[in-house]
Amino acid sequence: MSPARAPAAGLPADDGGGDPWGSATIVPPQTIAGRALTLVIAIMTFLASLTLGAVTLIDDAARAWTSDIGRELTIEVRPIDGVDLPGEIAKATALAQEFQGVGRVHALTDTETRRLLEPWLGSGIDLDALPVPRLVVVEIDDPLAVDLGALREAVAADVRGGSLDDHAAWIDRLRAMAGAMVAGGAGIFVLVLVALVLSVVFATRAAMAGNSDIIGVLHFVGAESGFIAREFQRHFLLLGIKGGLIGGSLALACFVVAGLLTRQSAGMPGADQITAFVGGLRVGPLGYAAVLVLVFAVALLTAATSRWAVHRSLAEID
Amino acid sequence: MIRFENVGLRYGMGPEVLSDLTFHLPPRSFHYLTGPSGAGKTTLLRLLFLSLKPTRGLITVFGKETTRFAKTELPQVRRRIGIVFQDFRLLDHLTTYQNVALPYRVLGRDESSYRADVIDLLKWVGLGERMHVLPPVLSGGEKQRAAIARALITKPELLLADEPTGNVDPPLARRLLRLFVELNRLGTAVLIATHDLALMDQYDARRLVLADGRMEIYE
Repeated sequence: MSPARAPAAGLPADDGGGDPWGSATIVPPQTIAGRALTLVIAIMTFLASLTLGAVTLIDDAARAWTSDIGRELTIEVRPIDGVDLPGEIAKATALAQEFQGVGRVHALTDTETRRLLEPWLGSGIDLDALPVPRLVVVEIDDPLAVDLGALREAVAADVRGGSLDDHAAWIDRLRAMAGAMVAGGAGIFVLVLVALVLSVVFATRAAMAGNSDIIGVLHFVGAESGFIAREFQRHFLLLGIKGGLIGGSLALACFVVAGLLTRQSAGMPGADQITAFVGGLRVGPLGYAAVLVLVFAVALLTAATSRWAVHRSLAEID
Repeated sequence: MIRFENVGLRYGMGPEVLSDLTFHLPPRSFHYLTGPSGAGKTTLLRLLFLSLKPTRGLITVFGKETTRFAKTELPQVRRRIGIVFQDFRLLDHLTTYQNVALPYRVLGRDESSYRADVIDLLKWVGLGERMHVLPPVLSGGEKQRAAIARALITKPELLLADEPTGNVDPPLARRLLRLFVELNRLGTAVLIATHDLALMDQYDARRLVLADGRMEIYE
């Protein structure tokens, strides 16, 4: 009978020192390579999340531009000698309101028109002295119900000097520009994602290289490949989640701070330009969800790479 | 228990590093494996531990040819063979107790089922007072005894030891040898790879002598 099988008489069965394993794990919990891997994952997740946020921001902004402009028409009334301009404007306003699907119709006042022209002509201009066309803004409640062709014909027929601008050319250009920006952003995101995958894979392999002795010992004490792979996979999954959450949280914090800053600086010229261009710098729920998905995808990638490295290491031993 | 018949091994297209090895390790036997450095002792240990496959010949382990073992069977076979490395291979982040208990841990056994065995074994090898110490703090002899304890904890039928006295002073080497002899008397077959002639002179046992990849056996 071996000594392990037959406890010597009189020896205590416990040394009284509590749980000898405690929180000890087979894979060392804190190593330099492990910390470096967490850092690499955090940085790459941060960059990928920022790119993802920027792409969703541009996409949302592009949708908002086209949708806002598409829900608005303009009736332009040019001044013609001998024609009562306010009368024609009132006629255009009444005409537009008769159409189905049309919401609020608002003729720009002289003050509003002056403010529109101020950047080009300066303040205090005399509108009557200039052949400035007046604008009637027609808001569309239901784009499908509005018969644009009929409205255009009615404006041309009934309003002297009147014409309808549905911004079609502008919307098409805007759509093309927004599409190009979103495609460019998506391209950059794909590149960042590839860089993320490569750096996580290589950093995990580097961290695993330092664990080859442990894999060897486990193998020699009779551990099954599945057991060794599971131990490392669990450890690296936790490292991946930790790094990913750090990077993802920092990126989300950046989005929140950017949103707060634009809200706080509302009214200032620079901030207004930004708001007009990309909205309130707010990443929607989809953006936040995408960052979370990214964090867990990175963690899974790290775990899968460690599993692959274990099997490769065991194949080399055998 | 383990039988080699005309076993040869070569790495790649190189010359044979082991040639025509034919021997038998019966249960409860005691052997020395000796020979000059580079004679192939460690390589032979790896063949015995199923960590290498021979390029020719037949190896039978526990009554079954090694070529007939499925890959998934190998861990179970290895658990019946304990191995002690010259460089100990203890995990530095685990205590002496945890290192010795590792073979049970990888089996998923409940800690309470082996705790007493591990403590008894640690006391048997003289490490009762050092069980909560990390390996970097242990002396060479203590590390060696911890490595031996780890190899013995699952009660293997065969213990392979690669230069177990290579890193210890002569008094400790004698003590370790007594440990192996006592273990053998308790029923475990022991094979000690060593080039320490003085050690072999202290206890008479069958000697497998490797030279130029060939083996001579001295009963």
